[in-house]
Amino acid sequence: MKKILLMGNPNVGKSVIFSKLTGTNVVSSNYAGTTVEFTKGRMKWKNEIVEIIDVPGTYTLNPTNKAEEVAVQMLSEGDLIVNVLDSTNLERNLNLTLQLVEKEIPMIIVLNFWDETKHKGINIDVDKLEKYFKVPVIPTAATKGIGMKEIINNFDYKDTVKHNFGDENERWTAIGKIIRDVQDIKHKKHTVLDVLEDITVKPITGIPIAIIVLAISFFVIRFIGEGLIGYVTEPFFEVIYKPLMLKLSVFFGGDGFLHNLIIGQLINGELDFEQSFGLLTTGVYIPLASVLPYIIAFYLLLGLLEDTGYLPRISVLVDNIMHKVGLHGFSIIPMMLGFGCNVPAALAIRNLESRREKFIASTLMATTIPCMSQTAMVIGLLGSYGNKFILYVFLVLLVVWIFVGSLMNKLIPGFSTDLLLEIPSFRFPSISTVFKKLRMRIVGFLAEALPMMLLGVFVINIFYVLGVFSALSTAIGPFLNKVFGVPFEAIDALIMGFLRKDLAMGVLIPLGLNAKQMLTMSVLLVIYFPCIATFVILLRELGIKDMLKSTLIMLTSTIVVGGYLNFAFVGESFSLVRLIPIVILFIILKYMPKIGNSKNLNYDQRNTECTK
Amino acid sequence: MSRCRLTEVDNGKKCRVIDYESGRGMVNKLTSLGIRLGKEIFIVNGSFMGGPLTVLAGSTRIAIGRNMATKIIVEVDNQ
Repeated sequence: MKKILLMGNPNVGKSVIFSKLTGTNVVSSNYAGTTVEFTKGRMKWKNEIVEIIDVPGTYTLNPTNKAEEVAVQMLSEGDLIVNVLDSTNLERNLNLTLQLVEKEIPMIIVLNFWDETKHKGINIDVDKLEKYFKVPVIPTAATKGIGMKEIINNFDYKDTVKHNFGDENERWTAIGKIIRDVQDIKHKKHTVLDVLEDITVKPITGIPIAIIVLAISFFVIRFIGEGLIGYVTEPFFEVIYKPLMLKLSVFFGGDGFLHNLIIGQLINGELDFEQSFGLLTTGVYIPLASVLPYIIAFYLLLGLLEDTGYLPRISVLVDNIMHKVGLHGFSIIPMMLGFGCNVPAALAIRNLESRREKFIASTLMATTIPCMSQTAMVIGLLGSYGNKFILYVFLVLLVVWIFVGSLMNKLIPGFSTDLLLEIPSFRFPSISTVFKKLRMRIVGFLAEALPMMLLGVFVINIFYVLGVFSALSTAIGPFLNKVFGVPFEAIDALIMGFLRKDLAMGVLIPLGLNAKQMLTMSVLLVIYFPCIATFVILLRELGIKDMLKSTLIMLTSTIVVGGYLNFAFVGESFSLVRLIPIVILFIILKYMPKIGNSKNLNYDQRNTECTK
Repeated sequence: MSRCRLTEVDNGKKCRVIDYESGRGMVNKLTSLGIRLGKEIFIVNGSFMGGPLTVLAGSTRIAIGRNMATKIIVEVDNQ
């Protein structure tokens, strides 16, 4: 099969071209934000099937990070390179082009964002560029579908030309010459977009804007999520699905092991999708009816923030906060991904530079970032007690995030590396790409969540029959009761949480907890352990030793936070006097000396430590 | 013409990269993003409370951590 590689700098629209070329026949999916994973797709071309590979963006063939390493490795497999360039940024993009063309693999050059050059007063002479490299040069505007046909028409391009541009300095000299020959820039006045691009990165204006954007996103996610639940998923399950299940219940005789496994226990002769715990009732209802609507809402918003180019601006704004926990601004991206699902977030952490950063980011993410399933669970559990309690959960998580992060930064030797990040221009997102990405992410969520959910329901039923739950309640229950102030049976929720946190919802609701107990349980469920799927990926990424340390931190946090909540929360809110210990702890933390303090190390020494 | 660190250049000023106070690793990263010797860059926003700088190199906005920016030596046109 012919292999076609889409290569170029990050943010040049490779993925949009990829999605336009492959249409809907994507064979393997990817999680955006994890550029290490590459995407393959197939398309029919002149009676044969060709494979198109969306190679992670790279600035150079001398790899400086993991994503770039992957890009270089893939080079040898290609039959044709489609080198995608941002034509509003020709000079920098040509650096990779010159390196690629020396490899003597058939190549065509695509000048993407061609439509934007006019607004920016840039004029590029395509013919001259074509003559210089002696390869086809195609101007495109991928989001509008312009130029895609011309790319496809050149798929059988086979010629290679010998080029040698010498070392790096000579290469930049050559680029300078090309730019003078082919490009002409007329200075244009500042447009509204230019102003917007600047004020979103300047802290004084950018931080309020970021807070507004994130607040709006949060409300839109809740609005869409609740709307879908109230008007689509719940009515479907109650009106159409329930009668079917009740018929099936009669068929299975209304009781017995098989009936309870598949349909679940009837509560007062009725089915309760959240509490019955059958494979076909609770096992299907929680992922599809309670969590999926939020997943759809979250990934829709995230896709829009990613494709407009807004997300990297948040990295810049939070950089100094992230340094306090030993990370740099870019690590906010995996954290934000984590709010959707911790699994793609754990994969995105791979892109961070040092082992220390990977460890801190993974531990913080797994401990304190509630994924959409957990958020749906928290809203489901506490919504009836009042929005105040939902806010408390997020506040507690934020405090834990800051505290555990700063503590790790002080205790783990080493330093955070510096931020160096291209801030993309704002672009109007391609709606078809946004929806395509959304669909891939939803499929990814269902593939991961549904089997785990069914396994969870299955295990619960087996445990129930074997009496495992009552045994554990007697063994560990008193401890939980003493430290966290929750009933013995709450242990069941924690056990179920290993498989899927949202499953714990069904265990907790029937216990009739008070607000304080429910709050404690919600926080504990979020922090005590990531779900199995995330755990497996983190184990692979961090190795056994670091994962053990990370787990130890999670368990310690759980006991400390749970115990402290039990102590500091009186009645319906926090007791101010009992918050004093936490203030003292923060002061101690601030003046605590940093272990392995080596501020005098220069960047490169630190860098060698990072790359091992 | 005066020689200084990138962090010392005022907002809205242009400067030219003339030296780096560090080894290959950092230079490679900066160069691949277009911040190379001789390149004229424009300061969009200087470091704020120890945060990163935002500069414009060509038509690309790039955020550079403060620590790294102190190691980039530039010359500024005084007019």
